Amino acid sequence: MFRPDHFTAVLLFALFASVVFGITQRDTPRRMVRFGIYCFVLFAGSAIVLSWLMFLIAR
Amino acid sequence: MATTPNKLTAAQKETRQGFVYLPLIAGWLVPGAGHFVLGKWVRGTLLAVSIISMFALGIAMQGKIYSGAHDILEMLGLVGDLGNGLLYVVARVLGLGADQVMVTTADYGRAFIVVAGLLNVIAAVDAHNIRTGRKA
Repeated sequence: MFRPDHFTAVLLFALFASVVFGITQRDTPRRMVRFGIYCFVLFAGSAIVLSWLMFLIAR
Repeated sequence: MATTPNKLTAAQKETRQGFVYLPLIAGWLVPGAGHFVLGKWVRGTLLAVSIISMFALGIAMQGKIYSGAHDILEMLGLVGDLGNGLLYVVARVLGLGADQVMVTTADYGRAFIVVAGLLNVIAAVDAHNIRTGRKA
């Protein structure tokens, strides 16, 4: 059984979803790569920001 | 200058022959197959690896495979799972995944499986759009 921690699961989710979004939402290879990286950064970045917000709210 | 229907290139004419929904159906049944049908090998491979990996990781995390629709949430989960096409059928036949979410990682796994199905639908629609000429 595979038991990743929460952040690893977030990164795996962000990686696979970003690849699909990049390929399907843009027309040229260059724009696909850029949009895929953009999506990955937004997925991972928003998870980090929201985690800190919840941590600070819970204190 | 816009391309008129009478001035299609030989390659465009070739891709527009045959059953127009084939890439959509193939892409739904097997992740990436819609792009393979259209000769988009790199895109198809990347989509297949991403979606199948996501589904396999969901199974490895003992994620729940929805088998019935007893309430609205289960119905939505089932719709997401069905997006995986033959992967869902294989998982049901082999009894993979879990019936109930018992541990935290199983809940991640359930999300991975549902989202893999939704991403597969997006990929299949993308293949259809390439087939119909809406996308390059």
